[in-house]
Amino acid sequence: MSASTAPRRPGPTPTPVSQPFWDAAAAGTLTLQHCGRCDAVVFYPRHRCPRCWAEALAWRPASGRGTVATYTVVHKPGHPAFAPDTPYVVALIDLAEGPRMLSAVVGCEPGQVRIGMPVRVRFTAGADHPLPLFEPEEEP
Amino acid sequence: MSAALVGIGELPNVRRSEGATTLGTLADVAAEAVADAGLSPADVDGLLVGPQVGETPQHVPATVAEYLGLQPTVSNVVDLGGATGCGMVWRAAAAIAAGMCETVLCVLGNTREGDPPRSPNRNPIREFDVPFGASGANTSYALIAQRHMHDYGTTRDQLAHAVVAQRQNAQHNELAVFHGRPLTVDDVLSAPPVVEPLGLLDVVMPCAGGAAVVVTSADRAAAAGRPVVTLAGAGEKVTHRAIAFAPDLTAGPLADAIHHAYRQAGVGPEDLGLLSLYDCYSIMLAVTVEDAGLCAKGQGGRWLAERDLTWRGSLPLNPHGGQLSCGQADLAGGMSHVVEAVRQLRGEAGSRQVGGRPLALVTGNGATMSEATALVLRGEDR
Ligand SMILES: [Zn+2]
Repeated sequence: MSASTAPRRPGPTPTPVSQPFWDAAAAGTLTLQHCGRCDAVVFYPRHRCPRCWAEALAWRPASGRGTVATYTVVHKPGHPAFAPDTPYVVALIDLAEGPRMLSAVVGCEPGQVRIGMPVRVRFTAGADHPLPLFEPEEEP
Repeated sequence: MSAALVGIGELPNVRRSEGATTLGTLADVAAEAVADAGLSPADVDGLLVGPQVGETPQHVPATVAEYLGLQPTVSNVVDLGGATGCGMVWRAAAAIAAGMCETVLCVLGNTREGDPPRSPNRNPIREFDVPFGASGANTSYALIAQRHMHDYGTTRDQLAHAVVAQRQNAQHNELAVFHGRPLTVDDVLSAPPVVEPLGLLDVVMPCAGGAAVVVTSADRAAAAGRPVVTLAGAGEKVTHRAIAFAPDLTAGPLADAIHHAYRQAGVGPEDLGLLSLYDCYSIMLAVTVEDAGLCAKGQGGRWLAERDLTWRGSLPLNPHGGQLSCGQADLAGGMSHVVEAVRQLRGEAGSRQVGGRPLALVTGNGATMSEATALVLRGEDR
């Protein structure tokens, strides 16, 4: 399917609360909220802390490191815009800071992804809305 | 709560419903359920409906009441995805126990012409799941299945055994979309992959249809002269919406909901004679039998594979075929598990009638293992 005939990809839909997350993403940084009252690390962005309901949430850069909690190789996407990418890997990433986020694993063959695999964030380049994707962490 | 399920209605599951309207579908299945109860429309003074009936996202109960010519003293939307049907039943019983009404129509139905329009959601799922190619429930249950297989050694073959057994059951159910189409384990394993590790036959087929249940007071049920099915216990829990925020990837809120229902009913898993378990995906059955305490955590796949799950077995699973064989008529798919349990407990299930104790566990499961409702239903001793 050529780019001209593929339906438009559904990008993020920032809210006033989440806008700082996407602004940081555009600058190549993964950020998370930290609660000043209970010390929770919060994802996705909230107006109040989901643990103690404090409003004192501050943005901090994250390490960008995590591990694959689980994954799936998608052959039939729910949205037709992703058809040209199949097969691709959707995964839950356990971030080093604690929160779990849904993303995609790129930079390797789908068959190479494993639960427990260390990964590092890599933002999609050239997109209207850079997305925090993850690729295998290079061996130290 | 001493309420009884006295009327059931269920429409055939079809892939397309050309010319039908949602309100008309609700009217069809409501008429069937109220007639089955031996009641008349004038007896209905409670109405529970699902969200978004046809093109009506708001004022849904009033719209349905007007269409059906009802003037209920209790009316509400229940919006718990696949748990909506089970959620309606205990809410009906609670409304009756509170003295707000006596006879509640719980009704769900949908139409299907072509692909449904994309959701206009602007919620966190739309913002943080959809842009990554994870739209729909498929990816979420695949993520659950992958982790269950990794942690416990559950296999596709084990899950396929349950799919095939349910398909055998569905050969006795003319309302099932796959009636007349039996399957083998090899068919399931060789089906095209959709979201690995799940293939096409591990996933429900979207359909149009309808299902309804009439709940009334124990007194009125006793006077109806029909076999009485009683709500013995219920439980419910909601934990999250998107799969990333599930407290546990291999166990759901159904565990707490089911055990609450057991406690209310004064029973345990060893007392059950029938399982009517929500099966949007094959993996959901493995998780649910674990959550229900029928086996140890992680043994759900093995438990499913080593038993006769058909209507002939000692503890049958989804004798109507489950949604994997009946098709999923949107929220009515969840209600089909209630309808089948009532049918079986009355002894009116024809060629797929189960034997054993007249005690059924019915589960509903919504979103990404997010919304859970469980019922324990008791029939008269046979
Ligand atoms: Zn806090």
